[in-house]
Amino acid sequence: MMQLSVILAYLGLMLLIGYAANRSFRGTAVDYLVASRSLGPVLLLLSLFSTTMTAFALVGSTGRSYTLGIGVYGMLASASGIVHSMCFFLIAVPLWSFGKRYGYTTQIQFFRERLDNSWIGLLLFPFLVGLVVSYALLGVVGSGAVVSGVTRGAFAELGWFRESGYGVPAPLASAIVSGVVLAYVIFGGMRGTAWANAFQTLLFVSFGIATFVIIARALGGTDSLAENMRRAFMAASESHLSRARIPKPIYFSFLFIPLSVATFPHVFQNWLTARSARAFKLPIVAYPILIMILWLPCVSLGVWASSPMSGVPANTDENRVLAMLVSQHAGPLLAGLLTAGVLAASMSFDSQIIALGTMFTEDVVVHYRRRSGFTDRQVVVMTRLFITGILVLTYVLSLFPRAIFDLGLWSFSGFTGLFPLVFASVYWRRLTAAGAIASVTVTFVTWGGLFYRSGFGQDAKYAFPETALAIGGGWAIPPMLPVVAILAASTLTLVVVSLVTRPPAESTLAKFFPH
Amino acid sequence: MRYLAWSLLGLLVVLHQDYWQWNDSSLVFNVLPVGLAWHAGISVMAAVVWFMLVTFCWPTAAEVDDEADAIAGAETESCA
Repeated sequence: MMQLSVILAYLGLMLLIGYAANRSFRGTAVDYLVASRSLGPVLLLLSLFSTTMTAFALVGSTGRSYTLGIGVYGMLASASGIVHSMCFFLIAVPLWSFGKRYGYTTQIQFFRERLDNSWIGLLLFPFLVGLVVSYALLGVVGSGAVVSGVTRGAFAELGWFRESGYGVPAPLASAIVSGVVLAYVIFGGMRGTAWANAFQTLLFVSFGIATFVIIARALGGTDSLAENMRRAFMAASESHLSRARIPKPIYFSFLFIPLSVATFPHVFQNWLTARSARAFKLPIVAYPILIMILWLPCVSLGVWASSPMSGVPANTDENRVLAMLVSQHAGPLLAGLLTAGVLAASMSFDSQIIALGTMFTEDVVVHYRRRSGFTDRQVVVMTRLFITGILVLTYVLSLFPRAIFDLGLWSFSGFTGLFPLVFASVYWRRLTAAGAIASVTVTFVTWGGLFYRSGFGQDAKYAFPETALAIGGGWAIPPMLPVVAILAASTLTLVVVSLVTRPPAESTLAKFFPH
Repeated sequence: MRYLAWSLLGLLVVLHQDYWQWNDSSLVFNVLPVGLAWHAGISVMAAVVWFMLVTFCWPTAAEVDDEADAIAGAETESCA
């Protein structure tokens, strides 16, 4: 019951943050949607980090390391340290600049003006909504799994929730967490979300480290952290301490997954909250270190969980590994606090939800009616209604859960397919609307086709080509993550179609390539 | 320095594919598996390289935009 009390106290605190942000609300759409572009470097860093490090980072990475071993860190954490900062440097800074100069609040507004074409918005909108919902699902599923896992047995005396081991059932936990997120997103807007995210980053990073130290002590049994770590690692199998369980081509293809950060609508909206271009310098430099501080403990915990001494049974559901470790090796109060930290990461789907609301309002409602027809207040109300609908839909989809790691990979693969479009729109004058539309269409078709071939994500090991593809002379393309094929098809289509269609108007180029 | 910083970033991407220690399960300093320690090192080096890049290769066009806004803001204040 203690765990539950701490979790409820944490959720109450989140509501207070939303209320406080609401008190600072200036009543304008730009304040609700991008916090009046007022965030400095520290708040921007914390908010961005929380936005990108979701349940995928904590629950997913621990679970997948339990299965695959230490290689999970190289597959995503060190790769993201290089690639995420590169995306901030090469994409975020120029896009922030355009956003501030021309008043954008969504990606689609930028693409419509950059490509001088309205149709690109209609094409991108459903695709982006689908991908963001699948990403937000990670948080909804992750928070339910964690709360359910650590509260097991809490209601034994009352005899409640027998089917879920006398713990809060995952669907109920997901519903409560979603309700809290909905409340502070609706009342706090982007400012409330940024404040909550910054607080959540501090919480999940510090509690992540605490979890690591406490579980190391429980497994190692000494006062020396180094000795505890040695014992915990030595108890795991050799294949978990190397990358023997990961095919090299698959490992290589993971390098492309972090490119997706350049195309997330919620990250774009987060970029726009920056006070200045200089505010990005701190996030660019600090990101690799923050990722290391978060992922190193999580991957280690997953590897430790794979050993018999951890108390986590073989073949445990990946989503439950972290919760099982915490509930077995920390006292009730500590388990509650640590769960609050894990929840903090899981709840960062808040910015995804608000980004979808912004896109609906700005890219559909406002774009297709006269702007003067709506007051700022009305725009905010419409955003709130759409946000509620989308969160309900996400919740319903969460009732059919998959492994968080795989769910995330498919979502990220789709976003990565849009990377050539974002990159070219900033750096390639010759990009045309036809090239962009063709590239998005090919991304959608390729992604959908491969997703179908994988049994809609059921086959966690699905790779493409499905068998090594010989290309003569002893060379062969090995099976890799679907993201490689999606990215290659998208890039090729964008370049070829742009080159064979009419170049953009000089007036458009002058607007986006002034130097 | 600009070319050095970008070259170092390229080198990090190459070093990220550390196939030579793929099956090595030994512990570095008896604490961390070598593959994990190597990639933690990659993370630290990435921060160093990105510090070099934001110091020596910062996009000046974005800064101009900042300054223009600052000037516009100052003018507005002085008008008020």
